[in-house]
Amino acid sequence: MASALLRLEEVGRDFDVSRPWLNRVLEGLPRQILRAVDGVSFEVRRGETLALVGESGCGKSTVARLIVGLYEPSRGRIEFDGVVLTDPRRRAEVRRVRRRMQMIFQDPYASLNPRWRVREVIAEPLRVLGLAASKSEIEARVAELLRQVGLAPEDAEKYPHEFSGGQRQRISIARALAGRPDFLVCDEPTSALDVSVQAQILNLMTELQDRLRLTYLFISHNLAVVSHIADRIGVMYLGRIVELADAGRLFSNPRHPYTRMLLDAVPDLEMSGKPRTPVAGEVPNPLAPPSGCAFHPRCPHAAERCRRERPMLREAGDTRVACHAVEEGRI
Amino acid sequence: MREALARLWDHDLAWSFRRSPVTVAAAAIAFICVAGAVGAPWIAPYNPYDAASLSLENAFLPPAWAEGGRLAHPLGTDDQGRDVLSTILYGARISLGVGLAAVLFALVLGVTAGLVAGYVGGRTDAILMRIADVQLSFPAILIALLIDGVARIALPDDRHGEIAIPVLILSIGISGWVQYARTVRGSTLVERNKEYVQAARVIGRHPLAIMLHHVLPNVMGPVLVIATIHIATAIITEATLSFLGVGVPPTQPSLGTLIRVGNDFLFSGEWWITVFPGVALVTLVLSVNLLGDWLRDALNPKLR
Repeated sequence: MASALLRLEEVGRDFDVSRPWLNRVLEGLPRQILRAVDGVSFEVRRGETLALVGESGCGKSTVARLIVGLYEPSRGRIEFDGVVLTDPRRRAEVRRVRRRMQMIFQDPYASLNPRWRVREVIAEPLRVLGLAASKSEIEARVAELLRQVGLAPEDAEKYPHEFSGGQRQRISIARALAGRPDFLVCDEPTSALDVSVQAQILNLMTELQDRLRLTYLFISHNLAVVSHIADRIGVMYLGRIVELADAGRLFSNPRHPYTRMLLDAVPDLEMSGKPRTPVAGEVPNPLAPPSGCAFHPRCPHAAERCRRERPMLREAGDTRVACHAVEEGRI
Repeated sequence: MREALARLWDHDLAWSFRRSPVTVAAAAIAFICVAGAVGAPWIAPYNPYDAASLSLENAFLPPAWAEGGRLAHPLGTDDQGRDVLSTILYGARISLGVGLAAVLFALVLGVTAGLVAGYVGGRTDAILMRIADVQLSFPAILIALLIDGVARIALPDDRHGEIAIPVLILSIGISGWVQYARTVRGSTLVERNKEYVQAARVIGRHPLAIMLHHVLPNVMGPVLVIATIHIATAIITEATLSFLGVGVPPTQPSLGTLIRVGNDFLFSGEWWITVFPGVALVTLVLSVNLLGDWLRDALNPKLR
């Protein structure tokens, strides 16, 4: 088994969503802290694709941003290739390893500076990270990167608005690859695209992964997309990971009630015409999460213990599940 | 070159410019005003700063077409025998110069403050914007009077003439920066959260570089519109201050000073001394304002 490239230990991130200070004083309101990510631990092995799935607001995008350094974690430890990224004493080293990770964003219409030519967009990491010495070298590398993602080198002189969503996402990927990373964080890279284009982008990503030996952390809410690309899948619910398993196993034998609920909601051809179980209930307000297991208000197997005690992510057979019912053998 | 010109001609802005006769006329008038002001030393028949060429015998000559007027002074002369046409041309030069410099100063100050406040956020943002709020609660004229008063006390009497123009620029500029800061801060807040800015952060670019290369070009559109309209306002403020006697001294008159000086003779019948500079001021400000209005509408996609 390959070694871990990225490791998160009990990582948490709070957001202060309080009203402005004056309002709090005048209206006597308390501070409000949103726990977007609460004690998340997992590791990503070299060369694999780990997918994080969950409903909107479950904290999966926050995890992505914590890893690439767009947010500082409030608690916990993030380790990349043996270097603790959260260690303030090792700034220089952290900066050096951070160069090896890049990010692909969700919205291809917002992720490219509208006033920059494609050439400048892709050349930016080359110039900033000092990966190309001369102008001609930059030009050659930009052309190579464009070809790598299935665009023409001539496209370098165009502006982003001259491209379709799928093509823009290719440009985004080219920019991410320009820094020669070995780890890519992909935050819903296909969810803004048409279904036909989604497949093209996913195929491109798998192809690049094989060719450049990349490791992916893939964030998505779309189980169909995830089943296509992921080796392992982590299911998130309200800032925590509730189940972490190999992709095949998760789809064939989901353990956590929430995972089952999500899978039951996925439409497929065999089921057409038959009634489906919709995802019951709604995600609770993350400002006031339920006691104990956050999922208990929606869970068909909830018992008294689930209301009191928060389940930990534990080995259960060949998967890891955070559920009292699974632990007790009730399901 | 020809290709570049053709592209310019076909540009959206050029198209909307051609379609609006008022704008074309305003641009033409503004151009004439600016050309007259810039070219004053070559166009003006006399040099009003040259005391040696003045003679009091020529004082209070009416415009050429009125009785007693001379062709040598088409718009008449003032109390010191200065040619009104020449003083207007030289005055417009000072008015425009002060207006442009004040706008530039306000723009640089405001855009910087807005960019930093919007991008850095938090306490920096709160402090900068509270300063802006405080500033906004004083009328521009009051701030200008205050700065001018302080400068007058701080400096010896004989140096007032030299510092008058820099003080004017400073005070008009300071009273105008808030508008830029607020607009830029608002747009920066929007741009900062766009993914292209985050991508630059992931690459590891310095915050200053991100502000300058990524955010700034994307927030400048509305700033240009404000600046154009602000030029007109700044010229008016300068004229107001000069009219109130705290602006440029009468030895180097701007349009506002000319109006004030001429105002004293309005009731004794020498109307041309104040009316012509007034007409020149209104023409200049109106044409610049119309251009600004057009630019605002042309750059607003919702009005297309």
